[in-house]
Amino acid sequence: MRQRPQHFVLHVNRVGLEKILSLGNPKDAFVAFDHVQKSYDGEILVVKDLNLQIAKGEFVTMLGPSGSGKTTCLMMLAGFEVATHGDILLGGQPINNIPPHKRGIGMVFQNYALFPHMTVGENLSFPLEVRKMGKSEREAKVKRALEMVQMGDFAGRRPAQLSGGQQQRIALARALVFDADLVLMDEPLGALDKQLRERMQYEIKHIHEQLGITVVYVTHDQSEALTMSDRVAVFDDGVIQQLAKPDDLYERPENAFVAQFIGENNKLEGVVRAVDGDNVVVDLEGGMTAHALAVNCGGVGDRTMLSIRPERVTLNAEGPNSTKALVKELIYLGDHIRCRMTVSGHDDFIVKVANSSGHKHLVVGEETDVSWQIEDCRALDA
Amino acid sequence: MSDTELVLAADGTPLKKKLAQALFVSRARAFGLVAPLLLFILASFIVPILSLMVQGVKNDTYSSNMPASTAIMADWDGVSEPTEEMFAALVSDLVQARIDKTIGRVATRVNREEAGTRSMFTKSARKARKLEPPFKAAMLELDEDWASVAVWGAMKVSSQTYSPAFYAAAVDADYKADGEFERLDPEDRIYVYLFIKTLVVALAVTLATLALGYPVAWLLASLPVRQSNLLMILVLLPFWTSLLVRTTAWIAMLQSHGVLNNIFVWLGITTDETRFSLIYNMTGTIIAMTHILLPFMILPLYSVMKGIPPTYLRAAKSLGATNWTAFWRVHFPGTVPGIGAGALLVFILSIGYYITPALVGGQDGQLISNIIAYHMQKSLNWSLAAALGGILLVIVLAIYWVYDKVVGIDNMKMG
Repeated sequence: MRQRPQHFVLHVNRVGLEKILSLGNPKDAFVAFDHVQKSYDGEILVVKDLNLQIAKGEFVTMLGPSGSGKTTCLMMLAGFEVATHGDILLGGQPINNIPPHKRGIGMVFQNYALFPHMTVGENLSFPLEVRKMGKSEREAKVKRALEMVQMGDFAGRRPAQLSGGQQQRIALARALVFDADLVLMDEPLGALDKQLRERMQYEIKHIHEQLGITVVYVTHDQSEALTMSDRVAVFDDGVIQQLAKPDDLYERPENAFVAQFIGENNKLEGVVRAVDGDNVVVDLEGGMTAHALAVNCGGVGDRTMLSIRPERVTLNAEGPNSTKALVKELIYLGDHIRCRMTVSGHDDFIVKVANSSGHKHLVVGEETDVSWQIEDCRALDA
Repeated sequence: MSDTELVLAADGTPLKKKLAQALFVSRARAFGLVAPLLLFILASFIVPILSLMVQGVKNDTYSSNMPASTAIMADWDGVSEPTEEMFAALVSDLVQARIDKTIGRVATRVNREEAGTRSMFTKSARKARKLEPPFKAAMLELDEDWASVAVWGAMKVSSQTYSPAFYAAAVDADYKADGEFERLDPEDRIYVYLFIKTLVVALAVTLATLALGYPVAWLLASLPVRQSNLLMILVLLPFWTSLLVRTTAWIAMLQSHGVLNNIFVWLGITTDETRFSLIYNMTGTIIAMTHILLPFMILPLYSVMKGIPPTYLRAAKSLGATNWTAFWRVHFPGTVPGIGAGALLVFILSIGYYITPALVGGQDGQLISNIIAYHMQKSLNWSLAAALGGILLVIVLAIYWVYDKVVGIDNMKMG
């Protein structure tokens, strides 16, 4: 699992997630989707019965493949799409009938949407002008917002004269300059290269902490979601598949889609033979019998999918889940070696062998022992 | 490396020369591809236009047919009494011109400068052969108007092969034999008024197409593909219909017992006796031209609007702008290049518009092109037509130049 920056861990504690998770009544949340449905054509529901509550100061990411309904949800919150059914509440008040310009929500768009005929300063000044703010106050706020994104010297430039990363900062500053409590971000880093993207992730995170604003962030990049968010809502097919803290999402996926979508996952398919309290015994298709944590697998005789993270597999024969595996392919990645092998008839089983001193050197074609703990093996829906 | 240092290719020849050699074949091929069109344009467009433009300042009808009087009048000051030598030269020219059967053309040419002189020439030429010296007295006996300095002045102006006379006429001025220009009396002025009227009509048509076309272009750019394609076909449909058919359709629509007036009467907006005159006047010209030129406004606007991401409007609204503010401050400035291109196109097409004003304009709705056509086809005063056309060309170029200075031609998008 990738290393997260230190401040992230601190942040989770600061918000007080226990309080958020215990929210029951939509009226108590800062932002709430209450049984929201959306259809464009009257035939297909793009968003099916969405319920989501976001606390003040929280950073929530909507993560999912394209067409999963996450952007539609964001657009409904911004006011550019109308919910077909259900209420969206902001600060306890339904906002379905409030036009976008009266919602006071800051928004960062996918391609920044900076106005090309205005300078950076004019772009930032625009939301203040439409709020009829005085000139001196406007200038002070624009200056402060530009300094926050470290672009203090760029007020006189045109957006076209800026690099992608600089435009991104300006778009962020523009969404923040009018002191919105809620800022929406629609894949804001999608157009940047990898290195810049990672730097911007930290910067957005810092600004979020510094200002105490609430952020709803949409992305299809799971590492971005895990790095930045207090909670992640994984969308698929118009439904939130799982809403959880990033570590829960990775370590304790509740269904096969989340296990597959977040991080790398080994799946082994089989049939439940016996249920024993929290654990199940599963007969795998290749003949192996595995012990797993019963998460979402039904009863005896039901099909199930076992999910095991590649880094949780060890190359020995200890414990209840141990079997022989045939090494098919080795890929050297520096800090670890990715090893594809055949386990119980599944030839896409990945094991990550850490490149530590004295690690076992595998050879293609070799047969080796593999094993994993019961708690690392989750029986999910097939 | 300094700029002056000669860069050499691997074989020792200068790199620039090497590059020119390498590019020569591809350049030659590219030229070969456009050469047929270039030749066609040159032969069918540029050469005829230039030769016609030359007629605006050059007319040798008199000088080539009346060489003796042309030569002697070159020294005449244009105000003093005509001398015996001048009469002698005129008589010998008249005799020769009658033999050559060119006297009619010469008479027409002088008549354009001084009305009523045509018959003097034809009559005198018939009898010139029998005249005896002194020629001055003999000529005055034929017609006492030969003593008039004005007649001789007209002859002097006509005798100049290159003269600004036609351009002067095209701006309602008279070019005198002594080289002075004089504005015509107010009741004789036509062309300047017509130029101004043409420009005003062009401006009105441009504004009308902009007002009508902008919302359509907006719809085209923002509707879903299926609807916008249908709308696009409706916009382009007039393009596929003959200009003549469209103009005649307007006659059916606008005439006093036409569709529109019938509807007005039926609705009670007007009575049967006071039907609106919507055609064969300026109203008809403007209505029909606006309709015909509308696509030229819509298409550049559409292409520019298509390039403006819809997220700009959303961004403006999310920042707190009302629909109107978002449109006016964010969307509209982006469409200015399209407005510029469409307006320039419609305006320039309008000032040269001919067929529609000719068909629906009546007396009142004629524009400068109609007068140019009149001089080309009816009065056969090609030199004046060329001068009027030359002025129109200068106006177009001037507008183009101003547009380039103000908006910048690079900002223009045609679609």
